[in-house]
Amino acid sequence: MAELLVKTPCEGLLPVEIGTVRMSEIAPGQITSLAPFRGQGEALSETLKTAHGMAWPAPGRSTGREGARCVWFGREQAMLLGPAPDVGLARYAALTDQSDAWAVVRIEGPLVEAVLARLVPIDLRSVAFKRGHTARTLLQHMSVSITRISENAFQIMAFRSMAGTLVHDLSAAMTAVAARGDIAGAST
Amino acid sequence: MRIPCPICGERDRREFYYQGAAVMLDRPAPDAGEAAWDSYLHLRDNPAGPTQDLWFHEAGCGAWLVVERDTVTHEVISARLVEARDAD
Repeated sequence: MAELLVKTPCEGLLPVEIGTVRMSEIAPGQITSLAPFRGQGEALSETLKTAHGMAWPAPGRSTGREGARCVWFGREQAMLLGPAPDVGLARYAALTDQSDAWAVVRIEGPLVEAVLARLVPIDLRSVAFKRGHTARTLLQHMSVSITRISENAFQIMAFRSMAGTLVHDLSAAMTAVAARGDIAGAST
Repeated sequence: MRIPCPICGERDRREFYYQGAAVMLDRPAPDAGEAAWDSYLHLRDNPAGPTQDLWFHEAGCGAWLVVERDTVTHEVISARLVEARDAD
């Protein structure tokens, strides 16, 4: 009889610390995609506020806090991270459980912007990308969701099947930034 | 080349997938006749100057865009959601 073991997406890969930048796995709890039915956006936002204490995020924004976030995830789509979705949400949106589908990583440190600047084609400096801002974009050749969760920390979500690639690419950039020492931070 | 996505803002070209001329949106009626359908399926202009294409924001918000650009100067003039003109 096979014994099934629960493995997190980045098990055996994280944490990694190189120089002053540290990368660790986030256990996000339940992950549910919310896609509002046509014209039901406002009703969905009201239900989200009542049930989970956060509004529907505008494009490029996330709402909520550590442990219970709603992250904008594309056109008419957001991800609820943390709580099991309230059943009332299903009246206004299509809910899909994606809990096992995403590798969720936290990367932090004073030079974290310099690390991500090597891999991501958008401006993630704090002047342009503040706490609570989020983007669907690329990391190297991979489609990801990037959210600034505090002054020097980002949450990155990638497909679970690409967890190894995600950690590899970020580790390589962290190594390169660490090798440059203080110079790397000068441009950010 | 940078494309101003109406949802995400200005983004690098590598986030987008190119589909082809925006005339794909003007589908003829089923009984429009062979000439109209032949033109719709197979014939494309090759303008020197402003042209309209369909682009998919594949690595971003997932929206389809009509992008107007100039084939001579390479200027990207505008981008708007297909959704806006396709709503029915």
